[in-house]
Amino acid sequence: MLITEELTYRHSDSFELTSIDLHIKQGEIVSLLGPNGSGKSTFLRLISRLITPGSGEVLLNGERLNRMKSQEVARNLAMLPQMQDHQLDVTVGELVEFGRHPHRSGYGKLSREDQEIIDWAIGVTKLEKYKNRMLQSLSGGERQRAWIAMAIAQRPKVLLLDEPTTYLDISHQLEVMELVTQLNETYGMTVIMVLHDINQAASYSDRLIVLKDGSVRFDGIPQCVLCKEMFHSIFEIDAEIFMNNGKYFFTPSTLEKGECYEG
Amino acid sequence: MIATGEQTQKERHPLARKRIIVLVTSGSLLIIAAVLSLMIGPVSFSMQEIWNGIFIANDTMERRIVWELRFPRVLVGMIVGISLAVAGAILQGVMRNPLADPGIIGVSSGAGLAATVIMIIYPAYIMFLPLAAFLGALATAVVIYALSWRGGASPLRIILVGVAINAVIGACMSALMLLYSDRVQAVLPWLAGGIAGVGWVQFEMIIYYAIAAFVLAIFSVKHIRILRLGDEVAKLLGHHVERSRFFLIVLSTLLAGMAVSVSGLIGFVGLVVPHIMRSIVGGDYRFLLPASALGGGLLVVVADTIARTVFNPIELPVGILLSFLGGPFFLYLIQKRRDSFADN
Repeated sequence: MLITEELTYRHSDSFELTSIDLHIKQGEIVSLLGPNGSGKSTFLRLISRLITPGSGEVLLNGERLNRMKSQEVARNLAMLPQMQDHQLDVTVGELVEFGRHPHRSGYGKLSREDQEIIDWAIGVTKLEKYKNRMLQSLSGGERQRAWIAMAIAQRPKVLLLDEPTTYLDISHQLEVMELVTQLNETYGMTVIMVLHDINQAASYSDRLIVLKDGSVRFDGIPQCVLCKEMFHSIFEIDAEIFMNNGKYFFTPSTLEKGECYEG
Repeated sequence: MIATGEQTQKERHPLARKRIIVLVTSGSLLIIAAVLSLMIGPVSFSMQEIWNGIFIANDTMERRIVWELRFPRVLVGMIVGISLAVAGAILQGVMRNPLADPGIIGVSSGAGLAATVIMIIYPAYIMFLPLAAFLGALATAVVIYALSWRGGASPLRIILVGVAINAVIGACMSALMLLYSDRVQAVLPWLAGGIAGVGWVQFEMIIYYAIAAFVLAIFSVKHIRILRLGDEVAKLLGHHVERSRFFLIVLSTLLAGMAVSVSGLIGFVGLVVPHIMRSIVGGDYRFLLPASALGGGLLVVVADTIARTVFNPIELPVGILLSFLGGPFFLYLIQKRRDSFADN
């Protein structure tokens, strides 16, 4: 589905992404993990073509991403950038309508098909009630669902999410994660996301990829990746790993280095 | 800020009513203002006399005053007002900044400088004035764009570079006026901004530009709406952000240059009108752009009528009147809606 070949991106002397070779299979939910500055978001931005790699290739269905037309990319690949906080005065319905942009060439009205897909996207994200509400009048969780609705109105085969749950309270976080699962199971969307919450990533993903200092360190199913060694070498902490109902999760025990201060 | 309430069954946009009211009202007011402007003056006419003056080609006084003097002036005033307001609205949309305006980022002064050069140094080529103004505006826009470019031109950088360029052009203008101080008299009224004495010649000079620019403005709506989502989101939707932005900047340059070429430096229309309209109809350019166009036309026609009648027998350049009223009004808006600036 999506292959990166020796993908390299150099931002400054202190940060570069080196030679990333990954093969993301169709229908996978992949979470990217890693400490701040490890290159997770940069990797998403590279495969969404927001930035251009220094060298290497991204192949989407065997086609070179940098040879594809922008509209063609947007028809196959949608991305939700990190939480948009600017005050955009559009209604939810209007926002979702923009998701059809890559499928329309002219200046005319929406086609019947466009309209149906917009209604579908609003339905899946359970925003029917809010269709004519202004975006800025919604809560953070609803707003995030509206942006996701716009992304899926593109009818992408691959959905990229950059920290979709950050700044949301726990119930809205789970709502977003359930929505992602539903999109994956019901509509077969391949999902690649950056998450901060490792437990959430482990319970909702088929595969975890851990980055540090711009390269891939661990890559596999949650059961394999969630191990003491990973926490030790990547996050420099000690962790206990537990299993419950077939899901793996961890709790940190002590900071590996340095002292702990109280207060 | 927006009254949405719980009545979500209504399949209507929360601003739908306001939008219709604003468009209908400003359209009607524009027509009324135009008619009044034909009637009022040192010599006043009735509706009947205006009708005759426009449609019956004879040698009466109403024909000469209404058809030869006031009618083209009203039309040019409308075109200038529409152009300035639309240029301002487009720039504000592209830059996602309510302070963007052809006058502020230096595009208007670029046009002004080119026009001044023609008037002072090469008065023999006066017929090329509109072309020079447009080229001056375009050259300024290109310079601003090029200097702001770092693998993409960010709106903020464009505005900052624009302000700097504006200062440089202002200095050139002052230097020019000092060097040719004997000829400055001819330029002064134009610099103050006004449409006194414009006639069919000026109308014909700009009408084709105007039609082309207004048609392009209709197509620009789709581009501005996408750009307003933010550069990243627009790119992710497969939109060519830089291409659109360049097209929109050239379009507003064309509009501003056209206005400057007939009316000189009229400020604040491009800043104040879209700003007021945005606070009523919202930021959706499908409504904001036509509302700004009507409002801009209305403002210039009304202001010009006041400027030429209230201070009779002196004609005040409309640009002075607009700056005089527009400056304080804009300060008032900033005070009142401080939060709306913080958002951007």
